Amino acid sequence: MKHEVKLVENRATLILTYTVLSIALIITLFPIALLVLNSVKPAAQIVQNPLAWPETFRWDNFTRAWEDARFSQTMLNSVILTATTIVLVCTTSSLTAYVLARRKIESWKIVTFYLLGTTTAPIQLFLFPLYFGFAKLGLINNTFAVALIYTAIFSPFAVMLLRTYFLAIPRELEEAAQIDGANHWQVFTKVMLPIVSPGILTVALIIGLYSWNEFLIATTFLQGSENMTAVVSFFLLSGQYSSDWGEIMAAALIIVLPVVVLFVLLQRRFIEGMAGGSVKG
Amino acid sequence: MYRLYLVPTLLINVVIIFIPAVLTIALAFFRWDGITTPVFIGLQNFQALWSDRVFWTALTNNLIWTGIFLTIPIFMGLLAATLLLIARRGSMFFQVIYFLPMIIATAILARVWQGMIYSPVSGVNGMLQRMGFPTIDPLSQPSTALLGIATVDLWHWWGFLCVIFFAALRQVPQEQIEFARLEGVSFWKILRYVLIPAIWPTITLMMIMTVIWSFLVFDFVYILTQGGPAFSSEVLSTLAYRSAFYDLAVGKAAAVAVVISLFGLVATAFYIRAQAKEFHQ
Repeated sequence: MKHEVKLVENRATLILTYTVLSIALIITLFPIALLVLNSVKPAAQIVQNPLAWPETFRWDNFTRAWEDARFSQTMLNSVILTATTIVLVCTTSSLTAYVLARRKIESWKIVTFYLLGTTTAPIQLFLFPLYFGFAKLGLINNTFAVALIYTAIFSPFAVMLLRTYFLAIPRELEEAAQIDGANHWQVFTKVMLPIVSPGILTVALIIGLYSWNEFLIATTFLQGSENMTAVVSFFLLSGQYSSDWGEIMAAALIIVLPVVVLFVLLQRRFIEGMAGGSVKG
Repeated sequence: MYRLYLVPTLLINVVIIFIPAVLTIALAFFRWDGITTPVFIGLQNFQALWSDRVFWTALTNNLIWTGIFLTIPIFMGLLAATLLLIARRGSMFFQVIYFLPMIIATAILARVWQGMIYSPVSGVNGMLQRMGFPTIDPLSQPSTALLGIATVDLWHWWGFLCVIFFAALRQVPQEQIEFARLEGVSFWKILRYVLIPAIWPTITLMMIMTVIWSFLVFDFVYILTQGGPAFSSEVLSTLAYRSAFYDLAVGKAAAVAVVISLFGLVATAFYIRAQAKEFHQ
């Protein structure tokens, strides 16, 4: 076990520390608790007191939310869009990350800086020509076209993250495979890819999360009721005037729950991936 | 041969981001409604922005936003990260909870705050009003709308910084801390002279990212207020979006996008320089 230094021995300091940390915990959880609590309450009771325990549990909030947000259609759309994006990002980014990490081409530096630069490009810088261009080509309400946009936006992040995984592989392994007569494609697919598969899983999780939650692109490019994502249909449902907040919170919970379950199960991967992609590897 | 590995990533990136970005810069000098042939008008779009009151409000709001996010969440994140370092026991649990809002869709978080907290009808705010407290709905007042939105984003964002800072703090060599402890140096001095300097690169990087992200902020503003009331919470990204898709003034939208990018460009240069150190291994 690694020896860790105690920074403070004083008991009073420790109590104060835990008090402040707990207050922050309560502030963080308060809106999320309201989401969960009110998802099972009748609208009338929410208007009376959003903090009160449910007098009656209205489980039909969920069935009505499922119907009104047309989740059987929009959830499926979200799943297809998310899955397509994950596949596109993971395949294209692992190829690029390998070449950049191993400096296989002379211009690796330029490509790396170009990709770093595009991670910070504002969406508005390319959104308008892209929208009107796609409209002309009939690509509005096209799930695959949106998956391509997500791939362009998310892949620099994926490349930077995967790059660190490729860097960790000893060069000898690659050289040994080459001596054994493997060609460059075999080295990549048979030797390198299996080793970085944990990294690819992390990328898949985070890209999946981003695509599932994304709003701006989805609401702009997928407006048709046949193609919209779950988040956009939630947004439209919750924007109506005669708002039943019990139903809206139930719809919110349906979208959030699978994400939270995955996060709790794989917290380390999520946190390391999201933190690692924006900071250094 | 390895050049081929880069083709998918770069092709998608260039088609989706680079070419439209170049077109946006060109469009900033045209009048275009998205349908008819664009008309070259030189600097007129920029001149129109110069005398547009809403543009200046939006730009000021982005600067206020940058100021808020350069200070409050970074301080909160650092404080909580330091407390986690003191507490040690349970730090993983606190971390996971603080991070939780980051994995929930912004569209959902915005609606939860809007309906369950700020709303004078269904929210905690309305309940307090009925109990006789003189609380207001910040989103409905021009003077507080931006702060109301910033509060939601702060709540959603600070935990991410806390996790990143905590990860960086744990990387500080234990011997340094131990030595200082044995010398009888107080905790605050250790923080000031050992810990903060050690994680300064991480803090700087997060500040650069904050500047970049502050000029991209869109979802929370668009969903919570649409930039209102009376354009009081308008930011550059919502102004550009509305100009392009509601007013069909794509040239003006492109000009705003160019302004956003100019601010981003400066920060991006710092960002790439900070990241470049990593590539000199």
